Amino acid sequence: MTLTSSGTQTGTAQLPVQRAHRRRLVVVGNGMAGARAVEELLERGGRDQFAITMFGDEPYGNYNRIMLSHVLSGEEDEDGIFLNSLPWYAENGIDLRAGVRVDRVDRFAKVVHDADGGRTPYDVLLIATGSSPFFPAMEGMHRDDGTMLDGVFGFRTLDDARALLNSAKVHRRAVVIGGGLLGLEAAHGLATHGVEVDLVHSPSHLMNQQLGPEAGRVLRGRIEALGIRVHTGVRTKGLRGTDRVTGVELPDGTVLPADLVVVAAGIRPNVDVAVRSGLDVQRGIVVDDRMRCSSGEDGDEGPADGVYAVGECVQHRGQTYGLVAPLWEQAGVLADHLTGTRPDAEYHGTRTSTKLKVAGVDLVAMGLAGPERDGDEFVVFSEPSRGIYLNVVVRDERLVGATLLGDVRKTAFLTQAFDQGLPLPQERMALLFDLGAPSDDVGVAELADDAQVCNCNGVSKGTIAGAVADGCSTVGAVMAKTRAGKGCGSCKTLVEQVVQWAAGGDLAVDESASWYVPGVPLAKPELMTAIRERRLKSVSAVFRELAPGGAEDAKSKMGLTSLLRMMWPEGLDEEERDGRFINDRVHANIQRDGTFSVVPQMKGGVTSADQLRRIADVADKYDVGMIKVTGGQRIDLLGIRKEDLPKVWADLGMPSGYAYGKSFRTVKTCVGTDFCRFGLGDSTKLGIDIETRFQGVETPAKLKLAVVGCPRNCAEAYVKDVGVVAVGSGRWEVYVGGAAGASVRKGDLLATVDSPEEVLALTGRFIQFYREWGNWLERTYEFVPRLGLERVRAVLVDDSDGLVAGLDERMQQTVDAYRDPWQEGAEPVTPGQFRSSLPLVDLPLVPRRPAGAPGGLAISEVAR
Amino acid sequence: MSATTTSHRVCPLAEIPVGEGRAYVVAGEQVAVFRHRSGRVSATQARCPHAGGPLADGQIDEGVVVCPLHLNAFDLATGGSTGDQPALAVHAATVDADGTVSVQLTGSAS
Repeated sequence: MTLTSSGTQTGTAQLPVQRAHRRRLVVVGNGMAGARAVEELLERGGRDQFAITMFGDEPYGNYNRIMLSHVLSGEEDEDGIFLNSLPWYAENGIDLRAGVRVDRVDRFAKVVHDADGGRTPYDVLLIATGSSPFFPAMEGMHRDDGTMLDGVFGFRTLDDARALLNSAKVHRRAVVIGGGLLGLEAAHGLATHGVEVDLVHSPSHLMNQQLGPEAGRVLRGRIEALGIRVHTGVRTKGLRGTDRVTGVELPDGTVLPADLVVVAAGIRPNVDVAVRSGLDVQRGIVVDDRMRCSSGEDGDEGPADGVYAVGECVQHRGQTYGLVAPLWEQAGVLADHLTGTRPDAEYHGTRTSTKLKVAGVDLVAMGLAGPERDGDEFVVFSEPSRGIYLNVVVRDERLVGATLLGDVRKTAFLTQAFDQGLPLPQERMALLFDLGAPSDDVGVAELADDAQVCNCNGVSKGTIAGAVADGCSTVGAVMAKTRAGKGCGSCKTLVEQVVQWAAGGDLAVDESASWYVPGVPLAKPELMTAIRERRLKSVSAVFRELAPGGAEDAKSKMGLTSLLRMMWPEGLDEEERDGRFINDRVHANIQRDGTFSVVPQMKGGVTSADQLRRIADVADKYDVGMIKVTGGQRIDLLGIRKEDLPKVWADLGMPSGYAYGKSFRTVKTCVGTDFCRFGLGDSTKLGIDIETRFQGVETPAKLKLAVVGCPRNCAEAYVKDVGVVAVGSGRWEVYVGGAAGASVRKGDLLATVDSPEEVLALTGRFIQFYREWGNWLERTYEFVPRLGLERVRAVLVDDSDGLVAGLDERMQQTVDAYRDPWQEGAEPVTPGQFRSSLPLVDLPLVPRRPAGAPGGLAISEVAR
Repeated sequence: MSATTTSHRVCPLAEIPVGEGRAYVVAGEQVAVFRHRSGRVSATQARCPHAGGPLADGQIDEGVVVCPLHLNAFDLATGGSTGDQPALAVHAATVDADGTVSVQLTGSAS
């Protein structure tokens, strides 16, 4: 990036690098955990703090073990699975001892002894020795001399995968022992090479670690459809063969003929080095929350000085892991800790959820596989003929388990709900299916071809069907191509239905539909967690750290800016103006001819003669194209040139009304008790108070409010995002989720409260809840029904989740940080902030009203 | 179609904030110039072919500009629409050693 004197860049001062006293870090293990830990360390500037040496059993760089099944099935070649090739180590100053096995560690002398007789001193030691396949005891597995029969394989390393591949080319019959993930992958891989496969699994159903019996049965159907013979509930008695394996014997005496046998009956942590080094080892190497090892039996000698462990070899809080996600978290915590980036970082265990494709079948499993307590709700859908099985387990309104087999469209939502305790829809079926139901009963199949689906962009059902026929295979692709659903967004559900109808079930899974913005593959809760953990305070930092390849995405910038400003009310690291939509850069609403509209704040729709006089003067002075009273009870000045905006604001001397942002807009009021003879409450004052408190607060989509003094509803509070209605005796009803735009919806009664103060508190709480849990551009009329009113009420009124204090506090911080953006007019933030972008003569200029008519002024086009 | 390409010095780079665009008149043509976060610059015709929107007010990344009026996106290298809009005219643009942005216009441009 070129730095200039423009003033928009703030250079970060670099501390002088101190290389003199680097500590010596020795890593035992160059698998996914060890290498990841080193990567995390380097990312935190660890190269300046540590001289790194890595030992690896295998003579390679570091590869993605998970992808070995793809190598076996031929979907991926070997080169494609390397995470760090050998040159990477040299480039990062790492001394890699590939193919050198570590023997033991002398913790007192702080020296690592390797099998080649080498002695490597350390200051900090990291053990990441991973795990090995578990070979259950079987008769005849070994020859008389104690070596294993030829043709018997584990499936763990690149060498295993190579040997299996070679074997698959020359042999015809295989038996795979173990019907867990690895076994199924091995069986599938071999079957793709035309090998006849028998799979023997001693538990009663496949993948019993992750799945319940019914799901296991459905999966079995899918596996058998691949031509693999499955034997469950059957132990392997022994292997046949004298030099090379010839068959597998079952307890009933049956012998399954086999030229090769793959043993995939689980893994065991590799703890030999740790045991020989006197560390506390139970099932795995015992570590504390900072990944520190302890020494002596049961750790009775206390923490081992400078010795850490991560990955599948460790046991943390009694738990060992065989999945990649926990290992990544551990590596992050360790790096935080070792580099001092976050000295108090702690690992608290991982709630594992598994997302994988096993033998070509999509599978997601998290938490419980079935109900365990009396009160547990269990929702199941099973369609064995198509190989689909779905279930969820709900306990106390929380998702505590889910299994999706064969249809994983609800993964994103369920993962969020599981990880973050997201409120669940009342209609439990919606956990498993998208119950898109437009208000009318006409099914999409019956719609005429020319029926307009997206009214904003004029897209018909036929156009959408055409896009699908032309090859768009996801809802997102169809929307990008036709722009259907890209206007106000109210037709999105219908667009999805039409696309689904047109695709006739051939729709690709559109994971991106759940992402907060298209350029960062994370749903909002996950994205917020990542941003908070890494303390990302600029849009460019979010892209750099979380987007694929660190690539920016223009269409994601606005949503990320909004999110960051919500999360860090005290301000962002770097004011990146390019992250904002033009409206938010110049604090006005762009019009079709490139001019802007200016709407000054008019709290509660109440104005004064002085304000009106100033507005009239400004309209004259700046040749305003039209003066319009808006639906939000304010006055809109249309046709203002960008370069005039600062002068207009200065002359108005009024704060911004935020008529341009995805933010709190306005509070309409009626005349309440001041003048109205029916008024039951001072709606005008309350409306003004609400607008004063929440002015300018950014929200996922625009937010329009109203307060009325009686149920006659003169200011339409029943159809507002938040509507407040006085009902007498000092009581107020608070409605949420109403709309009177492209969608019309009456708000839901959230609560009836006893004072204006309570209205303010509840309104703020709801807005903050919506800010934190609402999707980008999701209006409250979608947000409230998505969660269910009962759930919203439980969270906000009954404080069922203990969220209220935090919501109130964060809203207060936001309110405290408010600053009127029109102040920027006096001092532009970027060069040319208000410079015209249209010295254009050929724009379609908005026609003026006839001269003499209201708003009709003399025509004077200015083109520079 | 004439093949003459002429280079025009348009503005100091510092005049364009990082990641934003600004509009200029270059040899009688309306040109939007964008400054990418990577340090590169791009240039296109200033008005959106769809409905005349001011592209210099749009949002960019390293590959596309998104028009502020109806959010149509255009590839900054080829001018092609990512949806079904007509293509944009794109111009080669560079930053000279002295920090001035130059834009190359081809003679027969409309």
